Amino acid sequence: MANILHIVVCAGIVPDPLQTLEPVTGPLGPGLKNEMVLPAVLDPWAASALYEAAQLAAKNPGSKLWLVSLGPKAKLQQVMMTVAQKVAFELVPVDGPIGGFPDAHATAAVLAETIAAIPGLDQAKLLLFGGWESATRGAGVTLQLVGERLGITDQFQGVDQIDLREDGSFEVLERVEGGKHQLSVCTGAPAVLGWATGNLAEPRNNPQVGMANMRTIMPALAKAKVAKLEANGLSYVSVSLPKQQRETRVVKDLSPEQIAAELVEWIGAE
Amino acid sequence: MEKILVLTHADESGSALSKASLEAVTAGLELATRLNVPLTIGIVAVNSAIASATLAETGAQLLTVSGEAFAQARYASDAAAVEALCRAAEATIVLAPGTSRFTRVTAGVAHRLGGFIDTHITALGGTETVEASRWFYRQRIEAAISRTTRPWFLLLDAGTHAAFAGAAGAAQVEAIAVELPALRTTVSGFRAPAQDAQTIRPDAKMLFVAGAGWTKKQPDGQTHAAEAGKLILGFLGATGASLGSSKSLVDQGGEGEPVLPFLTHMNQIGQTGSTPRHAKGLSTCCHGEEPHVVGWRFIGSRRAISLDPNCGWTRGKADVVYVADAFQVMAKVNALLEAKG
Repeated sequence: MANILHIVVCAGIVPDPLQTLEPVTGPLGPGLKNEMVLPAVLDPWAASALYEAAQLAAKNPGSKLWLVSLGPKAKLQQVMMTVAQKVAFELVPVDGPIGGFPDAHATAAVLAETIAAIPGLDQAKLLLFGGWESATRGAGVTLQLVGERLGITDQFQGVDQIDLREDGSFEVLERVEGGKHQLSVCTGAPAVLGWATGNLAEPRNNPQVGMANMRTIMPALAKAKVAKLEANGLSYVSVSLPKQQRETRVVKDLSPEQIAAELVEWIGAE
Repeated sequence: MEKILVLTHADESGSALSKASLEAVTAGLELATRLNVPLTIGIVAVNSAIASATLAETGAQLLTVSGEAFAQARYASDAAAVEALCRAAEATIVLAPGTSRFTRVTAGVAHRLGGFIDTHITALGGTETVEASRWFYRQRIEAAISRTTRPWFLLLDAGTHAAFAGAAGAAQVEAIAVELPALRTTVSGFRAPAQDAQTIRPDAKMLFVAGAGWTKKQPDGQTHAAEAGKLILGFLGATGASLGSSKSLVDQGGEGEPVLPFLTHMNQIGQTGSTPRHAKGLSTCCHGEEPHVVGWRFIGSRRAISLDPNCGWTRGKADVVYVADAFQVMAKVNALLEAKG
């Protein structure tokens, strides 16, 4: 018998990894130069969570999938044009600041409040998904804080696999030190799962899925509530690019034997 | 006045402290000395006797949470243990190692105590205040932060402090009782590659990074994935190096291209992978920003083998770039290493 799940994926938007980033400090604190015009993508690990969630929902008929995303409305709309073509979901947007410098606790408070207010969401069936770290702040705490605020005390981070059983319990593989996975069994929802890479490739774009999603995404964006994030006593003493630039020696004229000898000597040196 | 608590936990033995915990102890001792404030150390272990004895020389107040329930690293029980230690210590600053065990629970505990948390801390500075350094945007931007709110939890990255090493002795310990919630999760074990197939070695001196070029067509028009795998594993076997990979090479498995069967996403370094710490790094057949900028931010001495003399990502990032065919070079390297025994 299939289990009916209510899966909520928290996913932010981040600058395309190929972009060069430069920090600037404005009246509201640090940010990125030209942040609003940098091409953006869905946060990579959170995207893995979305694809895993879609597959899980598809395997369990009657399940529902929401994507909760906090960011500037215009950027959200831009990113959703692509993401909406990947898998079917209902977007719950929150119009707020972009970037990695706002406080994670403030972000979590807004997300938890938003999730708790989703119409029709049964928290007893809730699997809260997201990336185990973002590509912006990279703190790995937001999802955990959202879970705590929602009273969920079964949490897993660095998840690469979940196997749902017929009785609603599930096995979960979490990354731990030394290239190993910890295997746990949880009796069932509610639970928080912060995903690492998972096992699924990025789905191909499906224009039909995209069109169906956009019918609900555009009205949701139009109605997105505006969120202001508190600083919570956090201040930035300095924000800078790493200055270390190495003097690279480019070796073009050595034979493989000569290079190998040089490398072996280097490897053996303390 | 600040009051500092260092949280520690046992390693897989259940009794000895993990290396990352001992590093956090060093950080705590340094901070307490600089601020001239008291230090408390909290221990989570099945049996805390050995761990307590290890910390006797610190002179810190020792609080312990012990019992079979804490043999397993699981959110509900670990959060309860850490919460109990924090409430008992009444600390304003809580330092903890950024291990998978504490990373899973510490933010939740900070919320329970009305506190705040920052993670991936690489250094603690400041003069009269506490400033913490960490990276943003996957090791692309460095920042120093401070907070006025307390308690302030700081998770320290592994390898940023020396591990505390003191002579074992008798220590006075205060056992803290924990009221466990209903436990719905059971840890049933670990999954790891066989010992000879384990290519991720966090304690290795060297990181070997394999890029997508290893499985691309070579000058003879053919791919040589099997030969590439043999060369890479031969090098890892001879040197004990840890294996990192670019995302593009790992992703090839899902795209029907030739693959190196021993690679998984856990080998991946960079934006969606790890940023390991090793003394040396050798990258081969990598032609992108990820391995060179993000993936080996914390690698000491760096060399690269690349066919592209103009690869912009190695310039300024590697100490030496050899413009050569990695297949030929690594075959010779392996032969030399084998001859050396």
